[in-house]
Amino acid sequence: MTTVKRFPALAAIVVGAVLMVLPLLIVLNNALKSPGDYSTHGPLALPHGIYLDGLKDFWNRVDFGRMLLNSTVISGSVAVLGVVLSVLNAYAIGIGRVKGRTWILAFFVLANVLPQEALVYPLYYLSKQAGLYDTRLSLVIVFTVIQSAFGTYLLSSVLGAFPKEIIEAARIDGANSWQVLYRIVVPVSRSTLGVLLVFFFIWTWNEFLLPLVLLPSNDNQTVSLALGVLQGQRLMDATMTNAAGLLGALPAVVFFLLFQRTLTRGIAVGSVK
Amino acid sequence: MSYGSQRGQAPIRRRHPRNTYALYLVPGALAFLAVIALPFAMNIWYSFTDWQGVGSPKWTGLDNYRQLFEDSQFWESFRHSLAMVLAMSVIPTTVGLVVAAALFDFVGKHFGSKLASVLRACFYLPQVLPITVAGIVWSWILAPEGGSLNAALKAVGLGSLRQDWLGDPNFALYSVMAVMVWVQLGFPVVIFMSGLQRVDPALHEAAELDGTSWWQRFWHVTLPQLRPEIYVVMLWCTIAALKVFGAVYVLTKGGPADSTNVPSYFSFATFFEKTQVGYGSAIATVMTLIILALAVVGLRFQAKAEDER
Repeated sequence: MTTVKRFPALAAIVVGAVLMVLPLLIVLNNALKSPGDYSTHGPLALPHGIYLDGLKDFWNRVDFGRMLLNSTVISGSVAVLGVVLSVLNAYAIGIGRVKGRTWILAFFVLANVLPQEALVYPLYYLSKQAGLYDTRLSLVIVFTVIQSAFGTYLLSSVLGAFPKEIIEAARIDGANSWQVLYRIVVPVSRSTLGVLLVFFFIWTWNEFLLPLVLLPSNDNQTVSLALGVLQGQRLMDATMTNAAGLLGALPAVVFFLLFQRTLTRGIAVGSVK
Repeated sequence: MSYGSQRGQAPIRRRHPRNTYALYLVPGALAFLAVIALPFAMNIWYSFTDWQGVGSPKWTGLDNYRQLFEDSQFWESFRHSLAMVLAMSVIPTTVGLVVAAALFDFVGKHFGSKLASVLRACFYLPQVLPITVAGIVWSWILAPEGGSLNAALKAVGLGSLRQDWLGDPNFALYSVMAVMVWVQLGFPVVIFMSGLQRVDPALHEAAELDGTSWWQRFWHVTLPQLRPEIYVVMLWCTIAALKVFGAVYVLTKGGPADSTNVPSYFSFATFFEKTQVGYGSAIATVMTLIILALAVVGLRFQAKAEDER
């Protein structure tokens, strides 16, 4: 392609990329304005001086630190437990080649595809019966199982291709199946496990429907849930809204920058399997 | 890939019988029974009853389903699902193909892979945001008073086009669709870009030597090569579109005048606002059947496409 044609095409792609990021830049711009500045100059003008009280007010009003802690505890536990459960299932299916594994796998795939709407009322009811309603533990249990459905599906095909010689050599040396699992299979597959860990964390962090139903009280809410509920109630003014947008986006953006490689690699692995 | 696994029988007899591995499935199986299978069965059972969530459910057989098929609100919500499929699957896949191809064999080749991956990150960013954050951002951008879109329209002299984007029943669905395109676009871009890395560069070079245009190469080389990825993306995006809930809750709560209601929000409202648990379960069950049917057909299709390769 000639150089003359190259630059307009590059320009088009760059404009597209800027448009994707623009909404967040506008939010950043307005989260740093005082309410007076916003109402005099409108949403498009640059801030006349940096104003952080809006962010501070919002942080205190919704107890944002606590929401961050809740989200981290819930998503972190789900990520770890979900990976453990996925590994156990996938070990039996991918390496143990248990009888009926195709059907078992199909069951896990369907459980992953199932809309949460078809589980939400019974889960709400059962969590009340079990005394787990409005606890972070209820979400940890539910999402560990839901995420491990995907994890089992992905990991089973990865472990299905695991070099058999290594396992047989360890068996001849007298290792039992548990030792094979945690001394050989887990260390060798750790990059895939890392991908799952990151995905489970982000997915759980971003969940909305089940937290909305299972966590009614402010104290237990996650970041995504608290922001969604506030927005649904439409109690926020412009300054508050932008503060919420910025603070809500920040952890996701940081996490994204930290794990960009793992994420893009993981998406590729997930799509081809 | 799995070298060695095809080589006849293992030389040494296994000391442990095979089925001890089944023990590793026990925790997963129990957890699945409690969190997926039992609740799902309960949901189906509720769908044959009349129940407000308190007292005991009253068996009514197929009444809920009969009512559902005559409920214009349900069919309306289902039509909006199709709009979401357009916004979350068809448009992102199409645009994503062009963006990924342009980023890969154009920006990547002539301006460096660093720039290509920065641009890719820009497209992917909305995907990592919690949907509620996307909702907060967009409902403020689209707000009638003080919203950025209306302010921008006014600033460029198109003030007459200003609208109450999410509050006007004529525009709300299109506005939600536009937001969903923004949310979803990064997923196909990333998958198609990684798919392109697997395509043999010789194919492109040969086509280039034949003097074909970029579009011809895109059409005759890139597209057929990416077929497996296209199936996967369309399938997962369509399923995601049929499940969309958070965005609708945060942006419009199904309104105004039901103009953005989708089955997922409809069932939620039926469960927890109208407390018609039986009817809500019937909606959820029908939704599930549609999604499962689609998934089964999609996976078959995908398997067939991979066999042909």
